[in-house]
Amino acid sequence: MTPQQIWTSYYTMMRREFVRIIRIWSQTLLPPVVTTSLYFVVFGTFIGSQLQPIDGFSYIQFIVPGLIMMGVITSAYSNTVSTFYFAKWIRNIDEILVSPTPDWVVIAGFVSGGVLRGLLVGILVLICSLFFTHLAIANVFVVLAALILTSVLFSFAGLINGIYAKGFDGISIVPTFVLTPLTYLGGIFYSIEQFPEFWQNVSLANPILYMVNAFRYGFLGISDVPLMTCFAVLIGFTVAFAVVSIYLFKKGTGIKN
Amino acid sequence: MQEEISIKDLRKVYKTGTAALKGVTLSIEKGDFFALLGPNGAGKTTLIGILAGLVVKTGGEVSVFGSSIDKDPVTTKSHIGLVPQEFNFNIFEKVIDIVVDQAGFYGIPRKEALARAENILKDLGLWEKRNEPSQQLSGGMKRRLMIARALIHHPRLLLLDEPTAGVDVEMRHGMWDFLRKMNQGGMTIVLTTHYLEEAEKLSRTVAMINKGEIVLNEPMAGLLARHGGKKLENIYLDLIKQDNEQPS
Ligand SMILES: Nc1ncnc2c1ncn2[C@@H]1O[C@H](COP(=O)(O)OP(=O)(O)OP(=O)(O)O)[C@@H](O)[C@H]1O
Ligand SMILES: [Mg+2]
Repeated sequence: MTPQQIWTSYYTMMRREFVRIIRIWSQTLLPPVVTTSLYFVVFGTFIGSQLQPIDGFSYIQFIVPGLIMMGVITSAYSNTVSTFYFAKWIRNIDEILVSPTPDWVVIAGFVSGGVLRGLLVGILVLICSLFFTHLAIANVFVVLAALILTSVLFSFAGLINGIYAKGFDGISIVPTFVLTPLTYLGGIFYSIEQFPEFWQNVSLANPILYMVNAFRYGFLGISDVPLMTCFAVLIGFTVAFAVVSIYLFKKGTGIKN
Repeated sequence: MQEEISIKDLRKVYKTGTAALKGVTLSIEKGDFFALLGPNGAGKTTLIGILAGLVVKTGGEVSVFGSSIDKDPVTTKSHIGLVPQEFNFNIFEKVIDIVVDQAGFYGIPRKEALARAENILKDLGLWEKRNEPSQQLSGGMKRRLMIARALIHHPRLLLLDEPTAGVDVEMRHGMWDFLRKMNQGGMTIVLTTHYLEEAEKLSRTVAMINKGEIVLNEPMAGLLARHGGKKLENIYLDLIKQDNEQPS
């Protein structure tokens, strides 16, 4: 295929996904906005007003970046895992597999769908947060880099889950038992400096902590861990998941007999 | 290299251990209308899946119009149009989107794809339904939608896996005319079907496969003549019965 044809194929996948996300916006965009708004109300306004500031920021300001990140992570992940699994289940993935579109473009198409939904949700949640508090941006490049890398990372992760999933329970086990706990324990609601040393070290094993902190640094200019470490973790996981996805596609795991 | 579809000693063993193809060798001439017949589970869909790049073969070699499916899948895939046995489009998507998106996956720009889709959907009597979600089509219309989707990139080889299952008599005749026209235009067609009358009417060459092995492969006219006016259906039944009685 010529680069022009490859672009057309990629554009087709993206267009299809964009139309789908917008068409069923009440399932794809609304839920994370509602959930995070509830967090803003309950933790930010009601409970947060009784809490000490953290590093000079009010509690709600402290948790906003992490809550945006939470929306981005779950949206990107669930988008690729569900679209890929659905395409596999109804077998319309064959529409792409019979075409000359290279594997890496197919992967890019699915991942971009997740990124698209992650970014849309991120922006919507950010806008919502402005109704509850004011936010300054300390470093816009850090914000954008953390946002995009995180959505790419979790889109790949969702894709890998979708490739392996053999049934509908297979697409909900990881989000429920791995992703949700890691997210809640990923330093969204607290600074790990408030922990005893042992629990600080345990927290450092959680990759989501680094994403939340990188993103928070972009807004507030504060982070529990060095910024470079955050980006190293982000890039490391993204590359690893990308390599695994490409390998699984080449092998045809879950998609070719 | 020959301009044909060449299948040599093709083998497929599924992960479950089922040997679906046990050394199939076939050659399909360019421009042929080729019927691949055989009982349920004989290996027809497996063979077609390997040609289309959906099933990974265990052994053997396949080339399509001179290009190997292993070495040059981009070329072979762009030559092939597949009408699968099972419905495999998104039921929530509109008819027109299904066809136009398929063109996109072959690198055909949207504007051109829309023009092509209009022609093909009109030819297949689906133009009025273009803005309906595909789940609202009847069974026969869904079959035709899959034919439209397979033709959008103007393939040279059309693989039809039971394209007329569930299609009414009148529509079936319409589809036959349509396929004949395609074939006369130079398209090579491979057809699997359980309606032997259909194969008899349409195809020039016939192969029969049973339990993953080819048991017959010859021109239709010759076969019918050799059996002195017997119907294809009866020839088929005798042959499969005979083959099943042989110790394997
Ligand atoms: N995905 C699969 N995994 C394991 N075995 C399979 C798979 N697909 C097909 N088979 C087996 O391979 C054999 C050939 O199946 P295939 O679908 O090719 O037959 P067919 O000739 O198309 O039959 P039909 O006329 O019923 O469509 C059968 O024994 C079938 O059970
Ligand atoms: Mg079949």
